[in-house]
Amino acid sequence: MEKYDIVIIGGGPAGLAAAVSARKNGIDSILILERDKELGGILNQCIHNGFGLHTFKEELTGPEYAQRFISQAQELDIAYKLNTMVMDISHDKIVTAMNREDGLFEIQAKAVILAMGCRERARGALNIPGFRPAGIYSAGTAQRLVNMEGYMPGREVVILGSGDIGLIMARRMTLEGAKVKVVSELMPYSGGLKRNIVQCLDDYGIPLKLSHTVVDIKGKERVEGVTIAEVDGKGKPIPGTEEFYSCDTLLLSVGLIPENELSGKMGVEMNPVTSGPKVNESLETNIEGVFACGNVLHVHDLVDFVSEEAAAAGKNAALYVKGEEAEAADGREIILRPVEGVRYTVPGTIHTARMDDTLTVRFRVGGVYKNCYVSVYFDEERVIHRRRQVVAPGEMEEVKLTKEQLLQYPDLKTVTFKIEDE
Amino acid sequence: MYDVVIIGAGVSGAATARELSRYQAKICVIEKEEDVCCGTSKANSAIVHAGYDAVTGSLKAKLNVRGNEMMEGLSKELDFPFKKCGSLVLCLDKEDYPSLQALYERGVANGVKQMRILDREEVLSMEPNVTGKVYAALYAPTAGIVCPFGLNIALAENAYANGVEFRFDTKVEDIRKTEGGYELHTSKGTLSAKCIVNAAGVYADRLHNMVSDEKMQIIPRRGDYCLLDKSAGGHVGMTIFALPGKLGKGILVSPTVHGNLLIGPTAVDVEDKEGTNTTREGLEQVIEKAGMNVKDIPMRQVITSFAGLRAHTETDDFIIEEVKDAPGFIDCAGIESPGIASCPAIGEMTAQIVRDKMGLKEKEDFISTRKGILNPETLDKEERNALIKENPAYGNIICRCEMITEGEIIDAIRRPLGAKSLDGVKRRTRAGMGRCQSGFCSPRTMEILARERGADMSDITKSGGKSHIIVGTNKDTL
Repeated sequence: MEKYDIVIIGGGPAGLAAAVSARKNGIDSILILERDKELGGILNQCIHNGFGLHTFKEELTGPEYAQRFISQAQELDIAYKLNTMVMDISHDKIVTAMNREDGLFEIQAKAVILAMGCRERARGALNIPGFRPAGIYSAGTAQRLVNMEGYMPGREVVILGSGDIGLIMARRMTLEGAKVKVVSELMPYSGGLKRNIVQCLDDYGIPLKLSHTVVDIKGKERVEGVTIAEVDGKGKPIPGTEEFYSCDTLLLSVGLIPENELSGKMGVEMNPVTSGPKVNESLETNIEGVFACGNVLHVHDLVDFVSEEAAAAGKNAALYVKGEEAEAADGREIILRPVEGVRYTVPGTIHTARMDDTLTVRFRVGGVYKNCYVSVYFDEERVIHRRRQVVAPGEMEEVKLTKEQLLQYPDLKTVTFKIEDE
Repeated sequence: MYDVVIIGAGVSGAATARELSRYQAKICVIEKEEDVCCGTSKANSAIVHAGYDAVTGSLKAKLNVRGNEMMEGLSKELDFPFKKCGSLVLCLDKEDYPSLQALYERGVANGVKQMRILDREEVLSMEPNVTGKVYAALYAPTAGIVCPFGLNIALAENAYANGVEFRFDTKVEDIRKTEGGYELHTSKGTLSAKCIVNAAGVYADRLHNMVSDEKMQIIPRRGDYCLLDKSAGGHVGMTIFALPGKLGKGILVSPTVHGNLLIGPTAVDVEDKEGTNTTREGLEQVIEKAGMNVKDIPMRQVITSFAGLRAHTETDDFIIEEVKDAPGFIDCAGIESPGIASCPAIGEMTAQIVRDKMGLKEKEDFISTRKGILNPETLDKEERNALIKENPAYGNIICRCEMITEGEIIDAIRRPLGAKSLDGVKRRTRAGMGRCQSGFCSPRTMEILARERGADMSDITKSGGKSHIIVGTNKDTL
């Protein structure tokens, strides 16, 4: 059986950044396993710009952003296999994978980095009633057809869900000659970035209908139209508010789900809120030497933060392989507790002995809050109280904790994150 | 001139075709859709009922019990997924206990074997997720589940292998009596046949009424379903029913042969014979009622919902007989639940009527077995690697949710009566049937379909007809 120090599952932005970082931290034996025909993951179909503002201080397209990391990986001679599907990862880190050339093969890894990304929620997850004709696509499927293959999936489009891919596709379909009639969003706020609403909808005069959902799909062979209705506070359609839009295409941008079937099978504990693994400050799961980063851990808005997170995972995996990972000597584990408006935090626990000088804690809020405070409590004491004009579920939040700060509280058990009015 | 034309390539038509292909006869199956298994046969509960539901002495009762007995053997002969998982009919209220007992007695009278009435503790020890309110249950170990597509496709492929012709996209517009038989006017020209089998599902009344003065009415009875991800598949081990009511067997909760969890159906009579649209009320009802019998169903794991139409008749029984005022025209109509369970026996009975009518002689070279699409997951590592070495397409995963390889998809397209559309591939291989519902694999499956069929990407459809996936190329209208 072949052996590698670190096997990285997925060659998208997370996997690439983790690989580069692990190499820079002294690990030579690294293998990336990628199921698609090229490295770069979903970035390859994200041909719009806006990537890399944080990482490279310039605006890149998705493929350009990916190429920066692919080039680094190649310069660092990091091994990878394309068109290779990982079928199974055992609890003791034997990775079973398959491709056309090697058949079914096994690799023993010392450390594994999970970087499989996420998938789109499908129609079924929403139980949208109506017929099931051709012409209903997840926004990402349409994006692949248009951006990578040059095919138009439809001419007249209604989009359900205002996630970022849906917003981006509203603009793309318009630029390619389709008429995007409306974007309907079930929630009273958009799930996408503000800048995408402005640049992809407002600039093209595409209406965004908040608190609206699709209540019927017409057309037996191909979509002929959809009916949209306003919903009440519980998400139930309000009778009498139905509006019919004739169209041949319904795009769905109704959420992303981390792809953790492999993780679950190998015994990684999941956080039901993120659908991603529970991790500690090292982005390590409950299985020693198994790390997670990027959208498989929790869905991000910006790839820059994926790269940053993945670099940390790569570094920590390198330390683990080298046996340099600090012992959690004091045995102290601090629990991060999301409450009152904060849905989750990544990581979920901190061993201060193992953390870097600064640790970025990322989280999302459960609703739109205006003129509020993001507060962090060390046990009962409020230590961070940051005023915000607005926080929304569509934009990931972060708070940086320093080691110095945490060490000042030797008996600290719980760090609580919440949104407060004052 | 055909000896027999069978109208409809659902399970009833395909089972009849397969049984008739044992005999020396020129047989053709015509189907208005592009593939087999496109109507009621593709959207149902996929349950091989034990046979205690139907009124004793009815055709439903007789053919259900017989079909149930035949199914396991047939699944081996024709290589399709079947599992004898057993079923429970729950009695939640002590007051309803007599009805449960009556069901047991009816089962005994119908010839169902091995049934037992279980008390609350026994039920909960067998199925811990059944509602704690359960008082007793009827346990039928002979009940099972089947892949309805696999069953239908296997029957059709075997019939084809035994010389039965299939014509798709062929809709019967009129039938006229002629000397020595019938003339069928179809959307693809005229055919003549000595004998016709009417296995047209919800359309069987239209065809029947073309030749008979004794009018038939088929009422499409819609049922909505929700299908849950495989992660929820182990929620119950058996098919769980409520005590039957007026409109059928109520909402069931069942594992599927592929490891998903299925809940449904509703029962709503509709006018539209193509009215397979789900409704909000229907889906809500499914979720609510399923939850009354089985607790903690993880509804967040729903991956798709669908609706099917049952071909219901006022007589509430199967109609399998030669039409009195239309000799040589054999109805195989009103096939609703337990149609899937009964289908092997329905095929047998319908074929016998035709055989006796026409005095058909058995063939000597009937091929009784058929090999399904190879599922590489059934192979061990060495066998699988040998397969990939011989055909690397088996090393290339296309559908990542169901782990379906390019090799399986190519087999599905190339085999006789092969897949022509995305849904055709899906029904044969499960590619696109998983949790992402073809989000990732559909563009790749389209490429394979286009390549294998020598077609353009723009010709590829979801399910034939005008169900095209793409409508043009970027900027082509600008």
